[in-house]
Amino acid sequence: MEKLFMTGNEAIAEAAVRAGCRYYFGYPITPQNEIPEYMVKRLPEVGGVFLQAESEIASIFMVYGAAGSGARVMTSSASPGISLKQEGISYIAAAELPCVIVNMMRGGPGLGGIQPSQSDYFQATKGGGHGDYHLFVLAPATVQEAADLCLEAFDIADRYRNPVMILGDGVLGQMMEPVSFQDRRPAADLPEKTWALTGTKGRAANVVKTLNLDPSVLEKHNLKLQEKYKRMAKEEVRVECYQVDDAEIVIAAYGTVARIAKTAIQALREKGIKAGLVRPITLYPFPYKTFADIAPKVRKILTVEMSLGQMVEDVRLAVGDKTEVCFFGRCGGIVPGYEEIVVEVEKLTAKVAR
Amino acid sequence: MNTEAQEMERIFERPRALRSATTHYCPGCGHGITHRLVAEVIDELGIRETIVGVAPVGCSVLMYNYFDIDMFEASHGRAPAIATGFKRARPDLPVFTYQGDGDLAAIGIAETIHAAARGEKFTTIFINNATYGMTGGQMAPTTLVGQKTATSPTGRNCETAGYPIKVCEMLATLDAPSYIARVSVSSAKHVLKAKQAISKAFQLQLKGFPYTFVEVLSPCPTDWHMTPQEAVEWLEENMFPQYPLGEVKAPKEGV
Repeated sequence: MEKLFMTGNEAIAEAAVRAGCRYYFGYPITPQNEIPEYMVKRLPEVGGVFLQAESEIASIFMVYGAAGSGARVMTSSASPGISLKQEGISYIAAAELPCVIVNMMRGGPGLGGIQPSQSDYFQATKGGGHGDYHLFVLAPATVQEAADLCLEAFDIADRYRNPVMILGDGVLGQMMEPVSFQDRRPAADLPEKTWALTGTKGRAANVVKTLNLDPSVLEKHNLKLQEKYKRMAKEEVRVECYQVDDAEIVIAAYGTVARIAKTAIQALREKGIKAGLVRPITLYPFPYKTFADIAPKVRKILTVEMSLGQMVEDVRLAVGDKTEVCFFGRCGGIVPGYEEIVVEVEKLTAKVAR
Repeated sequence: MNTEAQEMERIFERPRALRSATTHYCPGCGHGITHRLVAEVIDELGIRETIVGVAPVGCSVLMYNYFDIDMFEASHGRAPAIATGFKRARPDLPVFTYQGDGDLAAIGIAETIHAAARGEKFTTIFINNATYGMTGGQMAPTTLVGQKTATSPTGRNCETAGYPIKVCEMLATLDAPSYIARVSVSSAKHVLKAKQAISKAFQLQLKGFPYTFVEVLSPCPTDWHMTPQEAVEWLEENMFPQYPLGEVKAPKEGV
């Protein structure tokens, strides 16, 4: 298969086009500008449309409009821009419109910085906008995985009629790696988009809406959404377990940090410390069961994030009191070095030895 | 029923683009008239089965209960962005937004200006009743100086609340829009002219002209605390001087 040398941002854009995405709406923000800059050239080649909106709010509602036509559509941004999109994301989740949203996280809160971060985990996995809803959240760790997951993201969005977020960070977006693209067509068993707005010819009128003034109707709609989230949790959890079989200490990390953790694990094993990694690939649905199953077999779990402790809450929820869950994080755009993780694990193993 | 009555020609009926539904609009409200005008135009142009509408947030949020066409319900102010996204994906279908003054001229002014500046090929019907109807008559961007509302109880004070926005005139400064007109539904004469403008806007869109916009001055007796008759009189006396009727911008070649 042909290998191309691309940034994570470009790989996601190319994968989206190959997945059948024909519409892109966005607003410039660092560190994801390679996505719109790729799309503006690439989409016209396949008869698609690139449009730079006047704001993140407008761009997410352009996504709402294009998704309502039944088309495959995407937007991308970075942390402060994703905050602005939350209004539209809540409406898209409520109206059950399939689409893909990319967040290449940077340090926050506020304008924060432009260096990589993972401090939007809560926002991505727990809601972000108002109401009881969830995005389907994918967390790639390599440029190749970013391309592969983006190809799948559109199918997942269509299958569940749900917005899918690809949650990366500035490292993943900017880093260049070799990547090859699978030849992939939309899955054959995806539900027909009978709800799409196409003009009412030959059928009763369709309405894409989110207002339900009758509380019993709104409750029922919410319960339907929850059923969908339960189905995702049953069918779609993805997780990588790396050297966990004999591990005494397991590191929990996702995305860029998980790659750094793998280097740390190698160094730790050379020192005789049996460390392993559990890497959630879907952050929502979260691999609670994997952590619950591993917990009794390990002495400690160290969650490492480029945040001050967000995913660690889900790890603790999964593990309960079956083992101790510790945390190490850097934030503000600082990427932890593998040596720092080695030191943290050594501190924990020293305590274990006592 | 006698034979003569059965043979009578039917000369007035509900437009096909409207459903048989009980209205939630107040007595004397201009939304019902404007809905009917839009529906008549949709019927006359034969586009009921292809057109897609975007409802706003405001009194007309439930307009899809009346229109028998495919529709979006927007969030507050974002109808032009939704219409943009849809029309870009389906340039073959006619598209319109229907928005009130709070929706269009306050929270959605950015989306409105940029859709107009890009020359998006949809039509906007803008209902200006100088107040926030749905939430109980608060001050809108189009509230007149001195007009009493729930949030300007002593009258809009231009020192603290500024001046009403003349949306047509503002949009007419942009190069892209092809048609911008202001009409009123305050009397039979004006209703007829309003229909002509709405029809022209839709026809231009069908011919591929960029951004078409019709502002409709519309009475709100409930929130103006008036009878329907007082409301139309107040509208013509007070809103006409502030918001002059007519085509503010139109293509040189006619429809």
